[in-house]
Amino acid sequence: MKNGFWIFIAVFLALGGSWCGFVLAPELQLGGAKQTTVLNTSDVYPVGRPGEATQGASVYRANGCAACHTEQVRQNGMTCGVTLTEAGKNPQAVTNLISSLVLTNLTKEEADAASAKITAAGGKTEIHITATGPDIARGWGMRQSVAEDYLYDQLVQLGSLRAGPDLANAGARADASWQLLHLYAPKSEVKGSAMPPFRYLFEVRKIGREPSPNALKLLPEFAPRAGYEVVPRPEARELAAYLLSLRANAPLYSAPISP
Amino acid sequence: MRTPDTRTETPDPRVDSSLRWPLLALLGGAALWLVTGSVLAMIASIKFHAPDFLAACPWLTYGRVQPAADDALLYGFCLPAGLGVVLWLFTQLGQAPLRGAIVPVFAAKLWHLGVLIGLIGILSGNGTGFAWLEFPRAGSVVLFFAYLLLALWAMMNFAARRERALYPSHWFLVAALFWFPWIYSTANLFLVAWPARGIVQAIIGWWFANNLIFIWLALVGIGTAFYFLPKFSGRPLQSYYLALFAFWTLILFGTWCGIPPGAPVPAWMPALSSVASTLTVVPVLAVGVIAWQTLCGSTHCEPKGGPFCFIRFGFASFVLSSLMFIATACPRISRVTEFTWFGPAQTQLQLYGFFAMMMFGAIYHLLPRAVGFDWPFPKFNRLQFWLSMSGVLLFIVPLAIGGVVQGMKLNNPSIAFLDAIQATLFFFRFSTVGLLFILLGNSLFALNIFAMTFVWEKSLVKKAYAIVTAPLETKVETGSASASLRRDKEVQS
Repeated sequence: MKNGFWIFIAVFLALGGSWCGFVLAPELQLGGAKQTTVLNTSDVYPVGRPGEATQGASVYRANGCAACHTEQVRQNGMTCGVTLTEAGKNPQAVTNLISSLVLTNLTKEEADAASAKITAAGGKTEIHITATGPDIARGWGMRQSVAEDYLYDQLVQLGSLRAGPDLANAGARADASWQLLHLYAPKSEVKGSAMPPFRYLFEVRKIGREPSPNALKLLPEFAPRAGYEVVPRPEARELAAYLLSLRANAPLYSAPISP
Repeated sequence: MRTPDTRTETPDPRVDSSLRWPLLALLGGAALWLVTGSVLAMIASIKFHAPDFLAACPWLTYGRVQPAADDALLYGFCLPAGLGVVLWLFTQLGQAPLRGAIVPVFAAKLWHLGVLIGLIGILSGNGTGFAWLEFPRAGSVVLFFAYLLLALWAMMNFAARRERALYPSHWFLVAALFWFPWIYSTANLFLVAWPARGIVQAIIGWWFANNLIFIWLALVGIGTAFYFLPKFSGRPLQSYYLALFAFWTLILFGTWCGIPPGAPVPAWMPALSSVASTLTVVPVLAVGVIAWQTLCGSTHCEPKGGPFCFIRFGFASFVLSSLMFIATACPRISRVTEFTWFGPAQTQLQLYGFFAMMMFGAIYHLLPRAVGFDWPFPKFNRLQFWLSMSGVLLFIVPLAIGGVVQGMKLNNPSIAFLDAIQATLFFFRFSTVGLLFILLGNSLFALNIFAMTFVWEKSLVKKAYAIVTAPLETKVETGSASASLRRDKEVQS
């Protein structure tokens, strides 16, 4: 072991290299990331979640929702379309030109070329960008998830398994009352759902002098017995608020789409 | 010098006996968590067939039971079993008895206390939410210090070794001992104590999970197997230099794997990770070649299902699970397999099919030597091999195929999401049966270890009783009694 010291240094460097690459470098590159702006506007993105939703993220963590749900949308690519916004001084020539051009399902370069031709003929155009891929087609989002989407999450829960649908844009798909009904009795909202019911987030109690305004409006087969009502506990309301806050559809420089 | 057997001609009897208590403390708890973990995994699996099963109990909701099952297997069984085997291997290879055995015993108890705190934390809803790091702060801190004590004692034994020449296993095991505190402290500091900002958390999480599940387990599992392979096959390791080559390429390339292609991070990270994964084929194949060439021409014959079978099955699982892991780093394959059951199948093959099976083989061989008597139920060892092996195959093969089917259906947006999920239920049924086999196999293992501990403790009580009753005799007889006791001890060790 006369070379023991040098062997130790070599092992140290070999292992530590990955630490520099995937701990130190990401921290240096992204650790100081700031808000960005929504494409073609001056709106900042992302804005933090409301307080109740932040608490809901903790309910999401505590119950391990990320074991079955992801919060990341993938896209395979994008297609561009060109639309005419103004015909200009010579509408006839522009119309003739357009009929000879393909204006949908284009790549970025093709769209730019088509747009340039129409502009040369005197028309004005707009290029629309649409993301493509199965996730987008399923309505789970309008674009892929990017690093900016998670900037203000105290706990980033990307998930790695889709036993349930992706939730990156859950807030854009359903409202609070649907979320609560679905949490209490998933099968009442989605036939054949494999999600376990989270009844312990709710309280089944005797109806007082008058029914609570927060009580769930359940279908008869899922409702408790007569004289009782189901009221969401604070955790359920927070979780629903968190799910409603999940929206990552803003067009960004790193993920351009047309709104 | 190149086979562990021929290194020292007159083995020191104290080498084995010095490990008796630490090993029983480490492995007894590990066996308990192994069974706990498979019971939890079984509950989690049943929930997919019947979502209403135990749904009213927040402690047993799927999102808590599943990570608890995974962590019970990894932190409850794999790590302490690995550390116990490392202690034994160091004393064997270095021919130096373990000094101050009370410290590793204390550390083992501390470790299992940490696992208990961690599991209760997860089940009560206090998990951290990071994959493979779910244990709450208190549990992690206890685990970290218990690990440091065990690793320190192992390294002290390594430094005090009387056989100075190094064997390839040393390289793997020393690197593993050193690497865990680094990754575990990094992950806990930057994810739990002072969380990094935004997506950096996910990147550190992937790096940690890869280095624990893939690298640490590979270093310890393969390091262990390189000791047992020549011992069981009766042929020297083929070859020493190829083993060192596998070691260097594994720590150089393998540590960079784990960032999924398409992750919402700057593109250089998944790209770099994919390149590293491709290069990791080299050490994986090198390990496969070493195992193959050492086994070929082996004249050694042992009953079917003995420790050697565990080791051979472990090698096959390592190569297969690593290749599955490397395949998922390829963007084209990842597009299908990402977010499907293929991932959990691969992880289970790595954790159980490879690592746990290697540990079973090693423990079945070493524990009777350390404790000083044979297994109370020797037939259970072989039965466990068949149960665990068929359990692994029944669990992993259908789940991996089901994952690919799920991925292909998810990639076709004209198939409803729910149909894609329900298509996997058919495969899932097999894997639940597989888990049942694994649970039975694990129970046999635990039963044997518990019985062994019981027999040993009974002998201790007997000895203590003999000592307590001895001084009542006259002086001359006391002397002869203690002399006979001493003789007893010598015979036992």
